Formats: sequence, structure tokens, C-alpha cells
Amino acid sequence: MGEPVYQLLGVTRVYGARKVLDIASLDVYPGEILGVVGPSGAGKSTLLRLLGFLETPTSGAMAFRGQRVNGGAPSLAVRRQVTMVFQRPVLLSDSVYANVAYGLRVRGVTDARERVEKVLDLLGMLPLRKEAASTLSGGEAQRVALARALVVEPEVLLLDEPTANLDPAHVAIIENVIRQARERTGMTIVLVTHNVFQARRLADRVALLVSGRLVEVAPTKTFFESPSAPETHAFISGEMVY
Amino acid sequence: MLGSALRQAVQLILSLESEVLRIVLLSLRVSVTALAFSTLMGVPLGAWLGLRRFFARRLVIAAIYTGMGFPPVVVGLAVYMLLSRSGPLGSLGWAWVPGLFTPGAMVIAQVIIATPLVAGFTMAAVMGVDPNLRQQLISLGATSWQATRAVLREARQGVVVAVVAGFGSVISEVGAVMLVGGNIEGSTRVLTTAIVLETHKGNFSLALAMGLVLLAMTFAINIAVLRLQGKAYG
Ligand SMILES: Nc1ncnc2c1ncn2[C@@H]1O[C@H](COP(=O)(O)OP(=O)(O)OP(=O)(O)O)[C@@H](O)[C@H]1O
Ligand SMILES: [Mg+2]
Repeated sequence: MGEPVYQLLGVTRVYGARKVLDIASLDVYPGEILGVVGPSGAGKSTLLRLLGFLETPTSGAMAFRGQRVNGGAPSLAVRRQVTMVFQRPVLLSDSVYANVAYGLRVRGVTDARERVEKVLDLLGMLPLRKEAASTLSGGEAQRVALARALVVEPEVLLLDEPTANLDPAHVAIIENVIRQARERTGMTIVLVTHNVFQARRLADRVALLVSGRLVEVAPTKTFFESPSAPETHAFISGEMVY
Repeated sequence: MLGSALRQAVQLILSLESEVLRIVLLSLRVSVTALAFSTLMGVPLGAWLGLRRFFARRLVIAAIYTGMGFPPVVVGLAVYMLLSRSGPLGSLGWAWVPGLFTPGAMVIAQVIIATPLVAGFTMAAVMGVDPNLRQQLISLGATSWQATRAVLREARQGVVVAVVAGFGSVISEVGAVMLVGGNIEGSTRVLTTAIVLETHKGNFSLALAMGLVLLAMTFAINIAVLRLQGKAYG
């Protein structure tokens, strides 16, 4: 599977007096889609923020492509290889087009237009490109948030509940876009989702996070058909009480 | 009386009677100059307070809030004492320090009145931008400075409001310009002090007419600003 993109060892994150994340060990491999599932408040978004260099671990070691990165934000060039789609996207009060072009503009890309329009088209948002982002519905805003991340073609894409506000038809569209993006560019994707079925459909490996700890990380088939942890069994059958 | 005042106001504007015209132009010159300084200082100060958390920030904010509520006449008194010949600045005799009863002294007083307003409203506007936006832009590859610029751009409507509020406060203020300007005919008389004078003299319709001119002026400026604002994405 090649050298891991991320290597986490004993990584914790503490807020105040609460340890919300406590990862004994986790490797993320190039080109894979790693699904992360778990109950609300388990620390899934916190984990993504660490992977996106938006927060630093309280303790432990984290490496990105073999380089230690737990001592504050890495260089701009490294940072720009990783892009995150947030659980609650905040858009600029500007047009849809300008929002999607933002990541290219800050990189000084001048011929952004074709790339922006292509991504908007993939997500069915091309007709709305001139609309003010503030007028979009929740699901439309979420698609713009995915578009603005995809357009920069990062090496690593971190997705936090990218389909939470969408109807089944649009969920299918977005899942296809994610699959195609990975196939076309070989990008590494970490996908956080409440929805175990989505993890099953998209992920190569699935991780279960409960109370900040990784209970199980396994290939998707194993995770769903013969999980080793009783919590995994309870979670995928919808029995887990939190 | 309102009817005759209206007629007189229209006549005043149409005839551009030289003394009234001079008063109007001086009002604009003093307040626009003061506002320019206040904007140059207040917008960066407000943006900085809205963006950064630092030691003594709350103290600076408390000072600004106090400044926002300062009675102009007290500011006038302070500037008067500062600039008078025996005052700390006036006694230095430096050429670039304006003397009392000059438009320069009026500008100084109005800068002190408007700057806290501009800074306070700008800070509120910047703080009103969703704090998650910055992190999301950083994640899209923005540098810290690029993200800061985008956040300020998000606050642009509030910044326009801040500048308009600053202008409204100084163009309509009478206490400070009266004290430090002295309402001298032909040199420091502005619309508000002229209105006070004409009212005392019993020329109510002239006073009212000048009041209407003042109102029309601020209205026109606000409309112009709102039009500029309307061009941005809402
Ligand atoms: N900045 C913060 N300060 C304090 N506590 C925080 C902060 N961010 C997250 N937490 C806490 O950490 C815990 C994990 O939060 P996180 O957002 O990672 O959960 P999650 O698994 O993404 O949940 P959900 O599925 O509901 O989105 C929560 O209990 C939350 O209250
Ligand atoms: Mg979350």
C-alpha cells in the first residue's frame, strides 16, 4: 500500500479537562478512502481537524508523508496538499462561482474558469454559478462546499458529513463524484459519516471511533461482515446506545 | 412656518447666497477631513480588535465604548484646554498644531468624536463574521493574511455603516465646534453653530432653512453610500 500518508501514534486532543481524542495508532494510506464512523460527540470532527493541520495534537506523534507535523502548522506548501470539507460549511457572501474559485485564486491560478465550471457541472450546480451564496439552500451550500474543495485537486481530501443535508438522489450524485475524484486523481480521502451504509458504499477501510478511541479499523468487508469488536457489531446493527 | 422655512431653504439653495454657501462648504470640509482621519485610524483599529485576542484587549474596547458615548461638548472642552495658549500643546507654539478658533482645531475635535464610533462599529462588524469562516478558508489553502482579508471583506457592509455613523456624528455635532471654533463669521461658522445663532437671534425660518439644508446633505450622502453598498453581494 506504500508509505502511509498519515501516521498517528498515541495522539490525543484535550479540551479543558476533557480528553476528546485518544488514538493509540492510525495509518492512512495513499489513494484509499478511509471511512470514519461513530456516535455523535465521538471526536470524528476533531480527528479531521488534526489531519487538516487546523489543530495540533495535545500529545503524541503525527507524521504526514514521513515528516513530523505535530509542532504547529506545517509549511504552506504542505498545508495546501490537504483540504477539508466542513460539517457546517461557511461560504463567502459572494457568488457561487467566486466561492468555488477561492482556493484557486489564493494559489494564484489565473485560468480558473474552466476548472470551476467543470466541478460545478459535476455537482449539478452550474446553473446557479452566478447566484449569491447566501441565497442557497442547505444542500446547495453543501455542494458548493464540496466543489470549492474538489477544484483545487488536493492530495488529501477530508470530508466531514458531506451528504448530511441531501436527498437520496443528490447523495448518489455526490458519492459518484467522490468515487470519480479518487479514481481520476488518486487522492486520499478520509470520510466522516454517521451513515454506516455510506461508509460501506464508499470506503476501502472503515474505522469506528467511540469516545475518542478507535475501537476497530478494518477493511470494509471485514468491518461489516466479521467485525472483531463487540462495539462494532452493535454500531453497525444500530444497537449501540450512547 | 415650516412652509416659509421650506421656501426659504429652496431659495437658499438656489441662490447659493455666498455666506450660506461658505458655511455649507466649511461644514463639509471640516467633517469630511475629520472623517478621513477617523476612517484611517478607526477601521484598522476596529479590524484589529475584532480579529485578534490579546492582552488588555478588553481595556481598549472599554475605552472605545466610553469614547462612543462621549458628549461632544466635553471633547470640545478638552481640545480647547489642549490648544489654548497656556495649554500643553498650544504653549509649544509648533507651527503644525492648529490654533484655537480655526477649522484645524474643529477637525481635531471631530476626529476625537468620530474615531471611537468608526472603530467600535468596525469591530462589531468584524466580530459578526462567522468565526468558522477563517478556518475554512485556511483549509482551502489561504495564507493567514489572505484569510484575514477575506474576513474583512465579509464585514464590508458593517464598515460602511461605521463610516456613515461617524459622519453623522460629526456633521450634526454642535458642542465641540462651538467651543473650539468659536462660531466666527467667515472663518469657523458651520451649519450647526449658525443654526444656534440664528435661533438665538429669533430668525427661526432662516435657522429652520439651514436645518433643512443640513438634513438634505446628510440624506444625500447616506443615499450615495447605500447605493455603493448595494453593488456588493448581499
Ligand atoms: N473547540 C472545542 N472546545 C471544547 N470542546 C470541544 C471543541 N471541539 C469539540 N469539542 C468537544 O469534543 C467532543 C468531540 O467533538 P467532535 O465535534 O469531534 O465530535 P463528532 O464525532 O464530530 O460529533 P458529531 O457526529 O456530532 O459531529 C464533543 O464532546 C465536543 O463537545
Ligand atoms: Mg462532527
